[in-house]
Order: sequence, then C-alpha cells, then structure tokens
Amino acid sequence: MRWLSDRTVQHLRRVAEWPDLGQTKYRLLEELGRGGMGTVYLAEDTVLERRVALKVVVTAAARPGAAERMWNEARVLARLEHPGIVPVHDAGALPDGRIFYAMKRVDGRRLDELAPSLTLPERLRTLRRVCEAVAFAHDRGVVHRDLKPENVMVGAFGEVLVMDWGVAKALEGGPVPSLPEGIAVSPSDATADGTVIGTLEYMAPEQAEGAADRIGTPADVYALGGILYFLLTGHAPFEGPDAERRARGAARVEPRPPRRRDPSIAPALEAIVLRAMAVEPASRYAAAEDLSADLARFLDGDRSTRTTTV
Amino acid sequence: MRDDTGIGEGSGKFPATRPSAVLAAQSPHPIERERGLATLLSAYWRPVYKYLRLRYRESNEDAKDLTQGFFARALEKEFFAAYDPEMGSFRTYLRTCLDRFVADERKAALRQKRSPDAPLLSLDFEDAESELARGEPAGGRTPEQCFHDEFVRNLFSLAVDKLREECALRGKELPFVLFERYELDREPDERLTYEKLAEQMHLPVTQVTNFLAFARREFRRIVLETLREITANDHEFRDEARSLLGSPAP
Repeated sequence: MRWLSDRTVQHLRRVAEWPDLGQTKYRLLEELGRGGMGTVYLAEDTVLERRVALKVVVTAAARPGAAERMWNEARVLARLEHPGIVPVHDAGALPDGRIFYAMKRVDGRRLDELAPSLTLPERLRTLRRVCEAVAFAHDRGVVHRDLKPENVMVGAFGEVLVMDWGVAKALEGGPVPSLPEGIAVSPSDATADGTVIGTLEYMAPEQAEGAADRIGTPADVYALGGILYFLLTGHAPFEGPDAERRARGAARVEPRPPRRRDPSIAPALEAIVLRAMAVEPASRYAAAEDLSADLARFLDGDRSTRTTTV
Repeated sequence: MRDDTGIGEGSGKFPATRPSAVLAAQSPHPIERERGLATLLSAYWRPVYKYLRLRYRESNEDAKDLTQGFFARALEKEFFAAYDPEMGSFRTYLRTCLDRFVADERKAALRQKRSPDAPLLSLDFEDAESELARGEPAGGRTPEQCFHDEFVRNLFSLAVDKLREECALRGKELPFVLFERYELDREPDERLTYEKLAEQMHLPVTQVTNFLAFARREFRRIVLETLREITANDHEFRDEARSLLGSPAP
C-alpha cells in the first residue's frame, strides 16, 4: 500500500472535497481560496472555453445560512454591472445540492497585500476607484457592509474590483434579491436586529451595535474611511484588543488618529479619515463620491485640512 | 434549514449495492460476517497499530501482539455485533473497544499467554512500522486526533491503490499516471502547472485537465464508497463524509 505523507493527505482531502461538476459545463482546475461562506476554484467553462472563478458554498453544517448569502451575493452582483465590481456569469446548483456561481477570474492581488508596494498617490487613486464602485452600488440601492482591504482586488492591468458581496444589503427601494424555488431563508439566517455582520476592524459603530435598521450607505462610507486609515498607517483602525472591545459593546469608540501612529501623514488626509469615520453617521461624508472628491483634491495638490461640506 | 440538501441532492438512501461492512460484521451468516470483518480490518488495522504505538507507547512487538489480539478477540467475542449506531460513529466505538481491550490486557497480562509465533491475521506490520517512522511526530496532537489522522491516511492510501487498480482494469493508466504525478508526487516547492505537465507528458493541456478531472472524480467516488462500506448507516456515513471532506455526500 502506498504511504502518504501528512502534506499529501491534507492535499488529497482537498482534492476529494472538490465538488463533482460532472453534470455541469465546468471543469475544476485548482482551488484558489477559502472564505467563511464558500470555496473559490479556478474552473474551465468547457462551452465557452474560458477560465472562470467558481464559488461553491460550504455546507449547512459548516456555516448555517451560507447558501442564502451565496444566492444573495450572486443576485446582487448580477444587478451591479460596473467595471469595479466583479461580473457574475452564471449561478446554479451542483449535483450534490450545493449552490455555486461563476464569475470573472481576476488575476491580481488583494489590496492589503499589495498596498505596501504602492506609492501614496497610487494607494489613494486605488481607493478612489473603490469609492466609485461603492457609490455605484449605493445608487442602485445596495450597501456592501463588509468593505476592507482584503475585499478589494487589484488586477494585473491596474483594474480595481470590489469583492465579496455576500453580506450586502438591499436598501428600501433597491433590488431585493429573491431566492430561487427550493431555497428559503430560515429566521435565524435573516439579518435581524442584534446580529453583527461584517468585520469589526473596519465596521461602523451602528453596524457593530447590530442595529440592522440603521445600517445604510454611511456604514460603507465609514469602512471606506477605515480602508484609507489602513492605506496610510498599515494598520486596521481597530486591531486586537480594540476590535474585541468593540465586540463586547464599546462600539462607539473612536480609532486612534492616524497621525498618532505616524506623524508624517498629511493632516489633510487625517482629516478625511476622521470625517469618514465619524461616530455619528450624519457627520460623515454624505456619499462615497464626496470622500473620493476630497481624495482627488488632495491628489491635485490641495493640502488644506478643510473637507468638502455636505 | 438543511440548505445542503434542499435542491438537487440524492435520494438520501443508503445504497443497497454496497452493503455496510459494519452491518455485515454483525450478520449471523459466517460468510457475510467474514466479508464485513475483512473490510473493517483493512480500514482499521493500521490506525489501531499506530494508535497503540503513539498513545500507549507500546513497543513495536507489543503493538503487533495487541493489534492481532484485538482483532482476534473482536472475531471471537463479536465485539462489533454490540455496536449501536445510535450511540455514535463506528470509528469512535472501535477506539473505545480498543481502549477497553488494552486496559483488560494490561490488567490480566494476557499477552504472555498468546503465542507470538502464531499470528492469527496476516498483517504487514513492517510496512506500518516504516510508515510510522516516516510520519511526522505526534507532538501536539491528542491520541484521538492521531487515531483519526491514521484512519484518514489509511482510507486515502486504500483509495489510491484502488484507483490505480481500476484505472488499469479500464485501460486508463494515463489518468492515474497524471494523478500520481500532479497530486501525489509533487514536491512542496515544485511549481508544476498543467502546461508544464502537458509538456512533460507530450499531451495537449486539455487532455491533461480532462484526465486529471476524471481521476479526481474517481478518487472522490472511491473514498466515498469505502466510507459507505465502513459505516453503519446513512446518517453515520453523511456525518463522516462531512467531517472528512467538508462537503455533502451524494
């Protein structure tokens, strides 16, 4: 009998875990990554002869509610056709019952990995592209709710894509993704008051408090401010004990000002961060475009600490 | 909500074509019982041996005797007949039986009464011992985790052997060669791509990806079939498949 090393056993475990796509037009090639909700594979669309990224949901046992979120993500994405939002090509159910969706394969790096190698103007221009995509989603009535550097991909040709729309929320009047026949949301899976969804390190206070009805576009503006914080300091606004303190109820705590971490940061950029991350939603930029506009002013040489008025 | 079974999933019935070896081992019919025990033996003797070496720190000779003794006793006393699927997985039951057996053996010092010259079962302990020497140290892992890890290793090793046999029988040696090269023999730092493998094998890239997809699918099928055989019922099978592969069984 052939002996298998621990590494090979782990690898084969992943290979055996690969979903069976026998009755679909896709052929799996590689695993690209794993998230809480699903695993993303590189696959080949055998009809169109192109490579795509295929996201397959984890099982209900591993993560209750993941299937609903995956459908939500696929349908939200399908409605958001924008160069800064990864396009969905297809969605369906695999022979084993798990759902999947196929999207454009993005060759690139996550912003958190790439940022240290970028110049400050490059980082700010990248964030402006993120702001544009988010502003587009807001215009279509969709709030992302989990914006962070890890959810931004920068492609090989400089394209910037906002990823991971699994916990996105349709605002009143926006597109409400309905689930296909045979899939229903159980009460525990709905985003009820008190349920905290997103990433505490970048999350707006109202979101960290689990106030589902108060989460709107300002929550994304806050997280965009958090991304700028990261791009300037190399740190998330709330890390380690700070993030844990927020989880325990201190949601309205303010982040340490960027210039206290690094005094060389331009006061004008710190002012933009602090305004975007204001505790009160009404004190933040009214829209992602306004944040983007202040970044543009800075890039154009305006170093005043006065931010645009609402 | 059971969202992994809501749409498109199989019938959920335990397949009648591959009866459970656990149930067969409980059968009153000797031939059926023997078949079941042989399957269970092939799936479990290595994990049992290695568990004895790692958890109880038995010498290789004592671990051999205990492994032989445990399965011999299981045959004589029909340990497996007492297994109740409601109480948990067969794997856990077997390990509990083994722990009890070791405790009894130590207490009564029964090992001395057995003749080491007359092994009851033909098991390749030298092979298992060399595997143990090649394996990574058990440091940090609980004995239960060691037993589980060895069970998985044995299951996958059996599946690889079976895949090789089946590919040969069906005249599909090439898919297995590619599977072996790409999935089993790749060095940790080797950046082997489909394109490079195709070049090495003088094949079109599409053929490489096709053959690999076939071999992976067959490997998964064999793993799941083996798992079906060594579990008692559909519930246990699905639990084991989820815990092992993290994905729903068809």
